[in-house]
Amino acid sequence: MSQSAYKTFLVGVAFSPNLKPNLFEALRMAGLFGGRLVLVHVGEKTRSKEEELLQIVASFKEELPSYEVIWHSGNPVDVLLKNCVEHQADLLILGAIQREALFTYYLGSVARKLTRSAPCDVLLLIKPSAERVPCQHIVVNGLEHPKTQEAIATSFSAARALGARKITIVEEIPEKDIHVKVDDDWSLRKATIVKERIKVREHSRVKKILSRLSDQLPNQALLQIQPIFGRRGYSIGHYAKVVRADLLVMNAPKPSSLWDRIFPHDLEYILSDLPTDVLIVRHE
Amino acid sequence: MPANMFSGFVVSLIALPLGLGLAIASGMPPISGIIAAVVGGAVVAIMGGSHLTITGPGNGLVVVLLGAVYTLGDGDLTQGYLFTLAAIICSGVLLLLFGFLRLGGLSEFFPASAIQGMLAAIGLTILIKQLFVMVGDIGAQGDFFSLATQVPDAISAPFGAHKDTRLAGSLVGWISLAIMVGYSRIRARVFHLVPAPMWVVLFAVGLSYYYELFSVSPYPIANELMIQIPENLFGALPRPDFNLLTTIPFWGVVFSITLIASIESLLSIKAVDKLDPEKRRSNTNRDLKALGLATIISGFLGGMNVVTVIARSSVNVNNNATNKSSNFFHALFLFLAVLVFQDQIRRIPLPALAAILVYTGYKLASPDTLKKVYTVGREQLIIFLVTLLTTLFTNLITGIFVGVLITFLTHIIINRSFLGFIRNVSKPNVLMFMEPDSKGYYISVAHFCSFLNFFKLKSKLDMVPQNKKLVVDFSLCGFVDHSVMESLSNYQSLFERKGGSFELVGLDIHQADSGHPFAIRKLLPLQKIGFINRFLTRRQENLKAICERQGWSYQAVGQQKEVAVNKHLYFKNKRIKRVYNMCSSDSSDFRVFDVDFSEGEFIAKEDIRATVLLISAGKEIPQFRLDREGLIEKIYHLAGYDDIDLIDHPKFSSRFYLKGENADAIREFFSDDLVGFLEKNIAYHIESNGKEVLIIHHQRLASVPELEQMMQFGKTFQSIGKV
Repeated sequence: MSQSAYKTFLVGVAFSPNLKPNLFEALRMAGLFGGRLVLVHVGEKTRSKEEELLQIVASFKEELPSYEVIWHSGNPVDVLLKNCVEHQADLLILGAIQREALFTYYLGSVARKLTRSAPCDVLLLIKPSAERVPCQHIVVNGLEHPKTQEAIATSFSAARALGARKITIVEEIPEKDIHVKVDDDWSLRKATIVKERIKVREHSRVKKILSRLSDQLPNQALLQIQPIFGRRGYSIGHYAKVVRADLLVMNAPKPSSLWDRIFPHDLEYILSDLPTDVLIVRHE
Repeated sequence: MPANMFSGFVVSLIALPLGLGLAIASGMPPISGIIAAVVGGAVVAIMGGSHLTITGPGNGLVVVLLGAVYTLGDGDLTQGYLFTLAAIICSGVLLLLFGFLRLGGLSEFFPASAIQGMLAAIGLTILIKQLFVMVGDIGAQGDFFSLATQVPDAISAPFGAHKDTRLAGSLVGWISLAIMVGYSRIRARVFHLVPAPMWVVLFAVGLSYYYELFSVSPYPIANELMIQIPENLFGALPRPDFNLLTTIPFWGVVFSITLIASIESLLSIKAVDKLDPEKRRSNTNRDLKALGLATIISGFLGGMNVVTVIARSSVNVNNNATNKSSNFFHALFLFLAVLVFQDQIRRIPLPALAAILVYTGYKLASPDTLKKVYTVGREQLIIFLVTLLTTLFTNLITGIFVGVLITFLTHIIINRSFLGFIRNVSKPNVLMFMEPDSKGYYISVAHFCSFLNFFKLKSKLDMVPQNKKLVVDFSLCGFVDHSVMESLSNYQSLFERKGGSFELVGLDIHQADSGHPFAIRKLLPLQKIGFINRFLTRRQENLKAICERQGWSYQAVGQQKEVAVNKHLYFKNKRIKRVYNMCSSDSSDFRVFDVDFSEGEFIAKEDIRATVLLISAGKEIPQFRLDREGLIEKIYHLAGYDDIDLIDHPKFSSRFYLKGENADAIREFFSDDLVGFLEKNIAYHIESNGKEVLIIHHQRLASVPELEQMMQFGKTFQSIGKV
């Protein structure tokens, strides 16, 4: 997935009360990025459904992107994945429930399953709404990871398209990196010094990435780098909640199994309790 | 050096009778208590991680050791003693392991009220058992309740049936008890130079000399009621018997000993740290290792467990000790005393020592504790009593286990949610970072915070240098329990002593059932429109005090209509949920309050909490909005505000976003003085709707110092801007 903006968007359409907000969000997203939208309904094509869909699209007041509707029966996850590949979608848009009930989380709802196995970037919307809610503050992870540069570049292009005004690159520093155990005053002083050293190291690493992306930096956005201390994968979600970010951009993890879900780590923390809208950047 | 020597000497005066008494009460030879104190003092002074603690035989272990001696020995006290020594050595190994595994934070895991209950049960058990010895009945056995019923008989027996053997002994016992109780009542300083237990010893030994030197009658106290110390102290050392190593009861005993020893030691170390005039923080893990090693050595020499003891440690602090050497000197003096005064020690009757222990047990189980627990909250009293009774009916391990269980049950009932705990208990819930503006540390806690997961918060709290600013925000946390509130209060005093600041925000709208600062806090369901908050948090108390100082009024619950923040564009599309902590100046032109709001039905963000200052303008002022970040532009754009550039102040214009309608009026309003003042503005969002100025601290609720800063800022803004 190159650094340029998304061109093809794909959204799964289910005839539920959430249809209009989900659809509007997808149309809006495609419009802002100047791309095209593929609407996939998992099920039979019927006249009434087609009419309803057209009615909703007609009521969309903002700039309408080019779109097409696909009707495909079968297992929702398989259908959507197949269509992603077929239409070479760059971004899969999914409306997810903010916090899943215990049982379905382990079995995986459609949205979670797709998140884990999609071939492209995935955008999870926690509360899609028909009204436009401006995206002001984007938080992106600054992990030491080959995908991080791409995630940061994606956050820049998203900021440009969505008109965000503030981007925070978060460096999560887990406690084990600070290898000094704090027992008393002396070890506390040592630990503080080690923390500072790590902060400086992480800061220079992020600055290096930024220098490589200097031409892509959106002008109107305020860029800030924030080191945070906590469990990797969890604390960035907590931070996003605390600063009330509008979008959280994260690297995709390696493929996960049931084991990873029982003993969560990294992205699993975020997926089990979405703090805000989350964009997962995948490696091709 | 001299101060530590003197302090060590004074402590040894207590340690001698206490060591003897605790050993006898545990069913072990008297010398084993002394051995534990000597080894403990020497080893921990050299290798430990604390500074002012005194180590030796502990009160809490009496009950466990006595039980061990009886059960392991199957009634044979000597054999039981040898088996118990093996158990002591094994528990020493476990303690050493705890130290290496860094379990120094273990004591935080046990709920505070359950530990109180357990200690009270220990106190009562010691009291009852030693009461019998005090009145001359050394053979009494049985559990707490059977003994309790026999008390009246035991007290009257020396005057009736057992007159010959027990009368003198019990009289000595009663007089010794009178000395212990009366000691604190007598004011004479001379009297207080010698600790109470030593007075008892002097009295008892003096009595023996009186009969020997001055009286013709024989010494009235029977031989069996005197301390037995072997003739040859350094002769055959007892050989610990490890034969029971493979049995379950043995390991049950080892486990009990280790648990009680570690809890008692960790609690004592924490308590002594609070008393340290030099405000040093002890390395509890190093202490655990030292205590473990000392216990192993003591066990091989025939002594009891070595634990950190709070009573002797506080005497140590009160006598101006400065470092670990006082512990070493206490051991040294004790060793010399036992060598030199062997004959005198043999003149001490058991009832005298028992009296000391009765008093100690009473202090441990005092009714004051009950009252204190009740003032924290009614549910704490239940936890306390259940733990107490279970421990008395069964044993210590079952007692504390039931205590933990009932605390958890109480939390579930109060919160009406079981899944909430289960789902979140293993999740991380703490985030820490340094705020870019204030350079202070910020910790946010989510979900819930109780004894189950406090260690997660604790590890972050321990990493903040205590002379810095720290704000702990519980806005995202629905439930905070008593143990956590108590620990947080400890951190608060720690930070204050070292010159830092520790502020708690986000708890003001939680409900508490008592006025006690340690009461459980839970977030009420949001359906409640108004809320009744009868008890103020520390933050609220401080705000109230600030208001009173300035002649302002303070209201915990505010009226939304009174403030009508919706008249300002910032709040135009927001839904205000609550307004609270309302501070108003006497003329009501200055109002500072906390506000709880959301950005509308469809927006998924959590409740937003912020602190707001409203200044009523004396005259009409231009409408404008000033911010360091250009967020939320749309509302102002729709209202017809344009970007305003202050040509004379290019630096200001580049750093701040200024928007308004009437460019000329705004430029006039923003005089050079005002711009100069605002350039130093921290991170407030300021706007005016023509009649009122709104200043909002919007990232989170302001801590008390931040609120004062805000009020000051508002006043200066008002005077410079001539509002």
